[in-house]
Amino acid sequence: MTDVLRSTAAELADRLAAGEISSVEVTQAHLDRIGATDDAIHAFLHVDADGALATAREADTRRAAGDEVHPLAGVPVAVKDVITTKGLPTTAGSRILEGWVPPYDATVTKRLKAAGLPILGKTNMDEFAMGSSTEHSGYGPTRNPWDTARIPGGSGGGSAAAVAAFQAPLAVGTDTGGSIRQPAAMTGSVGVKPTYGGVSRYGLIALASSLDQAGPVTRSVLDAALLHEVIAGHDPCDSTSIEGPVPAVVDAARRADVQGLRIGVVRELGGEGFQADVSARFTEALALLEGAGAEVVEVSCPSFEHALAAYYLILPSEASSNLARFDAMRYGIRVRPDGVDDPSAEQVMAATRDAGFGDEVKRRIILGTYALSSGYYDAYYGSAQKVRTLIARDFETAFQQVDVLVSPTSPTTAFPLGDKLDDPLAMYLQDVATIPANLAGVPGLSLPSGLASDGLPTGIQFLAPAMADERLYNVGAALERLLHEQWGGPILDRAPELEVAR
Amino acid sequence: MTEPVSGITRADVAHLADLARISLSDDELDHLATELPAILEHVAVVQQAAGDDVTPMSHPIPVSNVFRADEVVPSLAPEEALAGAPEREEQRFLVPKILGEES
Repeated sequence: MTDVLRSTAAELADRLAAGEISSVEVTQAHLDRIGATDDAIHAFLHVDADGALATAREADTRRAAGDEVHPLAGVPVAVKDVITTKGLPTTAGSRILEGWVPPYDATVTKRLKAAGLPILGKTNMDEFAMGSSTEHSGYGPTRNPWDTARIPGGSGGGSAAAVAAFQAPLAVGTDTGGSIRQPAAMTGSVGVKPTYGGVSRYGLIALASSLDQAGPVTRSVLDAALLHEVIAGHDPCDSTSIEGPVPAVVDAARRADVQGLRIGVVRELGGEGFQADVSARFTEALALLEGAGAEVVEVSCPSFEHALAAYYLILPSEASSNLARFDAMRYGIRVRPDGVDDPSAEQVMAATRDAGFGDEVKRRIILGTYALSSGYYDAYYGSAQKVRTLIARDFETAFQQVDVLVSPTSPTTAFPLGDKLDDPLAMYLQDVATIPANLAGVPGLSLPSGLASDGLPTGIQFLAPAMADERLYNVGAALERLLHEQWGGPILDRAPELEVAR
Repeated sequence: MTEPVSGITRADVAHLADLARISLSDDELDHLATELPAILEHVAVVQQAAGDDVTPMSHPIPVSNVFRADEVVPSLAPEEALAGAPEREEQRFLVPKILGEES
């Protein structure tokens, strides 16, 4: 593999600025890599070689002309298929949107284009972001670059696998309950869920509107910060978008100093149910941080125990409502019921939704419909919203004691494809540590903490108060540097070489 | 309010599927009728988790209505808005009949 592919986005940006390399070369190298490896990985649902190269040429022309350009101009990016891209197919991993080409760009897409990042293509995902393995994609699973018999995590397995397989230096994901952070942990990459409202949701196909948040998926903490600054910021098209400056995440990633930082280990997010190696790498990482001057204490967030249960009521409820828009009338596929002459709109709707939605989507729509039903609303949805308040209060109390919280990202390393498909509750447990952040709206970052004895990466997650995203980048970059010193380089240097198709 | 039970029957699932406008097959109904009670049993713990004095939280940040200046901005052209339509007629979405036979 060439050094262009192995480079971080920050390194590519420096080399582009110095004129040592062109964006067309960088972009073509990644397109070639996708061509050679994606039969094995299936990270992409759509590749846009022409569009990416056109943007790359434009970046090269502007740099050559001495125009002022964004530092990441010309550095290619992959975009999760739940984010609309004008003129490029967008399916959210669902057959119900097969062939749909959006007539508009999401705000995230607009910002990537305005900064001049070539969009390589759209990445695979669990259908409508419902899942933790990417096996619920309507277009077949993505495979983990560390072991192609295993899952890459989900729902953003495509974005995580793309950066881990060196198909893209940068990717955008979305995180409703862990869909950026858990795949990062499974693939040895870095993923950040910003503060809710930090990145516009305009043009993001909604799963659960009060939980969804887009964020960066990369191979280094600094790269995540650079991409974060591109996509974040106030947007009048999203009423929940935060007004005010974007946290100084790039400065924080460059500072990387934990001297005197108070780090709280969340007692409820570890121990029982966590794979021994995941816990061991976690404890070792904490020791490194302590050695660098951080103060590590244990804190308790007792209501986190109920986070998973509250999440699996709130998410299906919001999803059942959001997914009502897929009605076979204005966009998406239309399926007529068998054996019915001149079917009504409702019959066509019901036949289309049966044919177009996969099992997990149906399961959650039915569950959400139940939780919102008259007579059950207070007991299920109402009670879950109260738990949400308790979880937010736990965060508040914890952040009075410490600057950041920390836990393993996911209880396990990547499991074999098919392992949890027949056991939804076991699949849901993958997100036990990542869900509390979504319920409270606080930011979270996952980075690799090491390898388990099975040779697969493990992840560590930091959480910070809302609007204090920079704290994640400071502590994340500090730990990353300490770990790289120990490993002699990034964890992905130790991933097995993928077989390259010719 | 009646005490909710996680004893959700196959007929309940069929009714919910009807409300959600999904024509589930018999197999799917059978499957969900066994899966949903297990999931509901797990999530029902929320009912004991918080007291009556706890205010429900619908959103992570305070949400208030947002007004924008009343300015004319370009919108999608009809061609663009109709580009993804399963069927169309002139500048309109063509949909199946809205009323059933009995109406």
